[in-house]
Amino acid sequence: MLRDITIGQYYPADSCIHKMDPRVKILATFVYITALFIVKHFVAYTYIIAFIAGTILLSKVPLGYIVRGLKPLFLIILFTFAINMFMTKGEILYQIGPLDITKEGLYQAVFMATRLVLLIIGTSLLTLATSPIQLTDGIEKLLNPFKKIGVPAHELAMMMTIALRFIPTLLEETDKIMKAQMARGADFESGNIINRAKSLVPLLVPLFISAFRRADELAMAMEARCYRGGENRTRMKELSLHARDYIGGFITMLILLAVLINRFF
Amino acid sequence: MSIRIENLKHVYNKNTPFETIALDDVTIAIEKGEFIGLIGHTGSGKSTLVQHLNGILKPMSGKIIINGLDITDKKVKLREVRQKVGLVFQYPEHQLFEETVYKDVAFGPINLGLSEEEIDQRVKEAIEWVGLNFDEVKDKSPFELSGGQKRRVAIAGVVAMKPDVLILDEPTAGLDPKARDDILEQIKNLHDRYKMNIILVSHSMEDIARLVDRIVVMHKGKIALIGKPNEVFEKAEFLESLGLGIPQITTLMNRLKNLGIPVRNDIFTIEEAKKEILHWMGRKKC
Ligand SMILES: Nc1ncnc2c1ncn2[C@@H]1O[C@H](COP(=O)(O)OP(=O)(O)OP(=O)(O)O)[C@@H](O)[C@H]1O
Ligand SMILES: [Mg+2]
Repeated sequence: MLRDITIGQYYPADSCIHKMDPRVKILATFVYITALFIVKHFVAYTYIIAFIAGTILLSKVPLGYIVRGLKPLFLIILFTFAINMFMTKGEILYQIGPLDITKEGLYQAVFMATRLVLLIIGTSLLTLATSPIQLTDGIEKLLNPFKKIGVPAHELAMMMTIALRFIPTLLEETDKIMKAQMARGADFESGNIINRAKSLVPLLVPLFISAFRRADELAMAMEARCYRGGENRTRMKELSLHARDYIGGFITMLILLAVLINRFF
Repeated sequence: MSIRIENLKHVYNKNTPFETIALDDVTIAIEKGEFIGLIGHTGSGKSTLVQHLNGILKPMSGKIIINGLDITDKKVKLREVRQKVGLVFQYPEHQLFEETVYKDVAFGPINLGLSEEEIDQRVKEAIEWVGLNFDEVKDKSPFELSGGQKRRVAIAGVVAMKPDVLILDEPTAGLDPKARDDILEQIKNLHDRYKMNIILVSHSMEDIARLVDRIVVMHKGKIALIGKPNEVFEKAEFLESLGLGIPQITTLMNRLKNLGIPVRNDIFTIEEAKKEILHWMGRKKC
């Protein structure tokens, strides 16, 4: 059920991708996304597909696991596909009622859907292969230079850590409350839209109460341990760059370069 | 209701690195009207097992037959099963949501589609049964009650559905001794009055020893032991190896026996122990 959601989830494994410096991985993901949006021809997609396939192999995350992460977004992908297919003008291939499928539309639809799928795969790979703690450490470090202009880097990172940390907890909680209300005869699956919305009340009220209770408890526990924000805090594990980080970064830049060359020359 | 659990197996998060076998080949036969105590170390699969009994969890393999009906069958109407098998979850007070105690307890009966009078009657009965004063609490918000009172309201919410099988998953966890004894007492009364099947999940042998007809001991997803309380407590060493204690009073009797004093060691309440010891002393005097 709810446990199928893998976005933001971490897949523990012992691989060189997991071991890479989170800063490099975050920047590489940005470069990857940029490259994805520069692509104009399918040819350039092959570079990107080769790159992401190689990364997945190295990361030891099973392909099935990544594909499962696409499932909840299937509707969005389908929607993008349909919109592009029907809304692009051009040489008509086929007609369904008032809708035309054009050659250009079909091309565009496949093109955009591929982009979307690659985008999701790339970003979910980042979270699958980087533990939440590392991820926020990386973000904090990357935001550090902006502290001078008033960006609260540490606080932002802490908020993200907590949010990420509580996603699974809240999912578990939802699951438990749903089961308990089902045991009292609640029905979450059938009925029209109004009934369904109503049936969410027994789920949402306890869920909110428990979320607030948890927030309160956590704040209390942090304060009891004298948490005062990022000032003067030191870390147990300092981030440091290794050969694999330079190599990984270099390959990512190469892909971007290849895509750029394909686009502009 | 007779319940037959046959070769039940359940695996959480199958095919992921988080895969856990929570139940492995569990077989239990429960007779009509029996009061069962389900005990086991934390993580032994107790909650997982009881959640199968009203169809909330689906087994990977195995069957659950309640009064001749296999509820793991896809065609079975789960709503009917849930009316017959009432399940009070661990920390049930976390599921309260209505504005008033009355409405919260009525949630189950309303879902069963009962008439208004019937609902009214059942809610009243259930609230009184859990030891709360109906007129006092019915219009209160469940959130302004104390922890123990909340627990009672939550239990009333399931009792109001008048199930034939009542399952309580650690109903006394986190309560003070007085509240714990009260709730256990009321569960016993309910069993005496309605002769329904009760399955009481617990960590504590002391709690269940004097209430139940039979004890089922679980360990790492498997059944380790089934039997009458005195039969189970005879295996004190085995239980200890599973990380479960036996009631202190039973330990005392075991020690006395080991000292060569001819007392029974299948005893688990203080009254019984007192009788047995007095009996022995009397015998010695003569
Ligand atoms: N929703 C879930 N998802 C994944 N694993 C679970 C889930 N619920 C339980 N487990 C795992 O299944 C096993 C059995 O858990 P279960 O909750 O049935 O134990 P329990 O005997 O009720 O323990 P406790 O006494 O702590 O309540 C444990 O290893 C637990 O980690
Ligand atoms: Mg449990």
